[in-house]
Amino acid sequence: MLLGFLVLIAIAAIRLRDLFAVVMLFGVYSLLTAALFMDLDAVDVAFTEAAVGAGVSTVLMLSGLRLTRRWEEAPGHRPPLPLMVVAVTGAALIYAMLDAPPLGDPTAPVHQHVTPYYIEQTPLEVGVPNIVTAVLASYRGYDTFGETVVIFTAGLAVLLLLGVGGGHSFRPGENAIGDQTVLKPVVKTLIPPILLYGLYVQFHGDFGAGGGFQAGVIFASGFVLYDLAFGEGNARAVVPPAWLHRLAALGVLIYGGVGVYALFAGKAFLDYSALSANPVAGQHAGILLVEIGVGITVFSVVLSIFYAFSGRRRKS
Amino acid sequence: MTLIDHLPVLVVILPLLTAPLCVLLDRPVAAWGAALGAAWLTFVGAALLVGQVADGGAISYQLGGWAPPWGIEYRVDTLGAYVLLIVSAMAALVLLSARESVEREIFRVNGARFYAAFLLAFAGLMGIVATGDAFNVFVFLEISSLSTYALISMGRDRRALTAAFQYLVMGTIGATFILIGIGFLYMMTGTLNMLDLAERLPEVSNTRTVRAGFAFLTVGIGLKLAMFPLHLWMPNAYTYAPSVVTAFLAATATKVAVYVLLRFILGIFGIEFGLGRMPLEYLLIPLGLMGILSASMVAIYQVEIKRLLAYSSVAQIGYIVLGVGLANTHGITAAVLHLFNHALMKGALFIALGAVAYRIGATTLDAFSGLGRRMPLTMGAIVIGGLSLIGVPGTVGFVSKWYLVLAALERGLWPIALLVLVGSVMAVVYVWKVVERAYFSQASSGSGEASEAPLMMLIPLWTLVLANIYFGLHTDLSAGLARQAATVLSGGQGERHAFAYLDSPGSAAGAAGGAGLCQAAQSA
Amino acid sequence: MNALPGIFNYLVVVFLMMAGFYVVIAQGNLIKKLVGLGLFQASVFILYITMGNLAGGAAPIVTEGVTVYSSPLPHVLILTAIVVGVATTAVGLALAVRIQEAYGSVEEEVIHASDLRDDESLFGEPAACDREGGQ
Repeated sequence: MLLGFLVLIAIAAIRLRDLFAVVMLFGVYSLLTAALFMDLDAVDVAFTEAAVGAGVSTVLMLSGLRLTRRWEEAPGHRPPLPLMVVAVTGAALIYAMLDAPPLGDPTAPVHQHVTPYYIEQTPLEVGVPNIVTAVLASYRGYDTFGETVVIFTAGLAVLLLLGVGGGHSFRPGENAIGDQTVLKPVVKTLIPPILLYGLYVQFHGDFGAGGGFQAGVIFASGFVLYDLAFGEGNARAVVPPAWLHRLAALGVLIYGGVGVYALFAGKAFLDYSALSANPVAGQHAGILLVEIGVGITVFSVVLSIFYAFSGRRRKS
Repeated sequence: MTLIDHLPVLVVILPLLTAPLCVLLDRPVAAWGAALGAAWLTFVGAALLVGQVADGGAISYQLGGWAPPWGIEYRVDTLGAYVLLIVSAMAALVLLSARESVEREIFRVNGARFYAAFLLAFAGLMGIVATGDAFNVFVFLEISSLSTYALISMGRDRRALTAAFQYLVMGTIGATFILIGIGFLYMMTGTLNMLDLAERLPEVSNTRTVRAGFAFLTVGIGLKLAMFPLHLWMPNAYTYAPSVVTAFLAATATKVAVYVLLRFILGIFGIEFGLGRMPLEYLLIPLGLMGILSASMVAIYQVEIKRLLAYSSVAQIGYIVLGVGLANTHGITAAVLHLFNHALMKGALFIALGAVAYRIGATTLDAFSGLGRRMPLTMGAIVIGGLSLIGVPGTVGFVSKWYLVLAALERGLWPIALLVLVGSVMAVVYVWKVVERAYFSQASSGSGEASEAPLMMLIPLWTLVLANIYFGLHTDLSAGLARQAATVLSGGQGERHAFAYLDSPGSAAGAAGGAGLCQAAQSA
Repeated sequence: MNALPGIFNYLVVVFLMMAGFYVVIAQGNLIKKLVGLGLFQASVFILYITMGNLAGGAAPIVTEGVTVYSSPLPHVLILTAIVVGVATTAVGLALAVRIQEAYGSVEEEVIHASDLRDDESLFGEPAACDREGGQ
């Protein structure tokens, strides 16, 4: 059922030339994907896809669209080469699927090797109920460190391309979507719960779905909302753009710092057991610290990218 | 554990963590100093690592203290240590020459951020080489890619933007293909650790899923590698990127992609699977040859020298791909050797171009008029680099081509040996074009005041030029190591990956078939 | 969802992946290319999550009385990949915005044509040789 909708959206995305509609469809696609992930027991992924894929990506694409054009030009001749490449690739994928273990098969290698160790050992070695968090932040914590650096890199790249965004030229009170008398009180009441929820997600990741990534996004979205409703400049007064990239750097350094600390304590890089005499307590502390680093970097990069896009005026 | 035991991870996190520091420092000069310091320390670390691996064999480092396959492992073997060494050496040398060039070419943005992005690209490449985990490759690939897109877009010409965008699209397709490939391998084995994969793959190597995974990995890495015909992003990217960026990328990025290709084909799948059961051999040999010939041909007609050298790089990658495709010890030795040698050549040539751009302001053929008199040291370096590119005896370029020809003859594929020589002749043509203009043509009026490049550019430039000659004369050192690395890659991780396949009677038939196919490809 | 025959899911995912891939390589609008990349990647995520699913399993959060869980590892990998994907989108959009400012368009054909004009004015004739194929 969900997959059927996804297919329809994909076809529509190919055919439509109104890019605004295409981007909105992309948002719906991400949201449906998130629902599909829920269905497949991937709660953390669903949460992230909804926040990052449907939320951040769509907002970014809309701000990108604002600075370019809404309508795609009528396509010229369509060369046959792309269709052939796609056909060959698709055939290779279907070929691959013929020997793939069927969906949900408990004898599939994925469920036989490595995974059982995580499921059995997480409560003993890491001591957090959410196995995804344990694997993410500890067993494969180095991947997540790399991921934090990827976000930092993206923030840096946008900064290099578009600059800090706005700066002094913004009058407080001038906003992107016009004067919204109805929206303002709604936003005003919404923001405190959003920020609170962000904090909850940040620190509750050990137990349920959530963690630094989702929290950073939610926190940033609170500011974005404020910015949209109350005008550029107001949110910038609370968190100046110039500070954001320093904050992003700080987040990476917090994560890396935990690793380097372990290194000087005579353990491997990112070995959290160096943080405490009791290894499980060390894991707890380590996960908490690195998630804070992740949260700070994600928050500041998402917000700074939003500033960079919204601070730019269309030239043509 | 002392600090020396942490070398595998230190060579990655040192540049990685210096990048945010550069952002915090905010002053271009301070950031340059920090970046340079980090790069040289990393280089020293990589040199120590080479010594460690030579003494005690491959090093495994368990990140987070978790044993593989549950945790992520860093694994540095002989070849890996050398690739780390060359990447860090190039970063250190290029950064040495960077300050003046960056001040001249990159003025719209804060230089500190530029150095931060440079360090991220550098650290990403180091991470790809050091890791022993298939998914970790993807993560560090994206660190280096994203920062590279930004670095390329910093070029002055507006086409730098479109070049970066094109690279972003093709690079992301490549990365997604790699992701699909890793997914298929994971689906059939349940593991992501490379050694563990190598152990578990033979059991399921007959499945279609694993075969398709192999294909997706090869195409994905081929895109990153700019393997013909997937090279379309590269000439623009190299031409319009700032000189410093081009010099670093040309000397390192594609080399790391070659290393990843070798590691997956030989280290994980094993040569028997990659070249025996999959038709890779019949794909790599013709593609390598077509890359050499067509890209050399295009290079001959270029008037922008950066673009000329970019097409020459596509051709040089063709030699490497050909070496892998020939799949005997000499062939892989040639591929590994050329990986290093090409880094030395193109590093020198692109730093020299950076110096020309710094003094003259352009790198078109016209800019080279009479340059032999005005910038004798820079032009001298270009001549020697060019000779190395051609493969003249006494330079490193000769050594790798020698092994390539040996490999072809050993397989009885003499037409391939001949075509390698044809490629060299074409290199003579495009190198001569530049040399002729520099030495036998009058300087255009009004630009007579240009003088020799600054010392900070000449030092790294001539270091690389001398390395081109030194390793061209002392072949036992580099060739010995490459051969050792080739054997380790293909046989060191257990007997099942040994070259048994090549020595078996079946291989003669395979070789004959390959020759037939290649001849058919040539006549077509 | 689990009631569907095992392989059917995968085939639909393949279709989705190829739809995204087609948008990337066949469309001339840069923004649409980025949307295509997003679709392509999102579909690859579905592939990973599908393989981590276990019939009768629960979400991988340790709960009393539950012994069968879906595999957490693909979830972790895809969490990383989602973030990498949005990072790429952000950089791509920033590039597209700069291209719009420099060329006044984000249509590949327009950009290509104006580059060709530049070359002509520079060298007197179009540099045809370096454009073989030209994506």
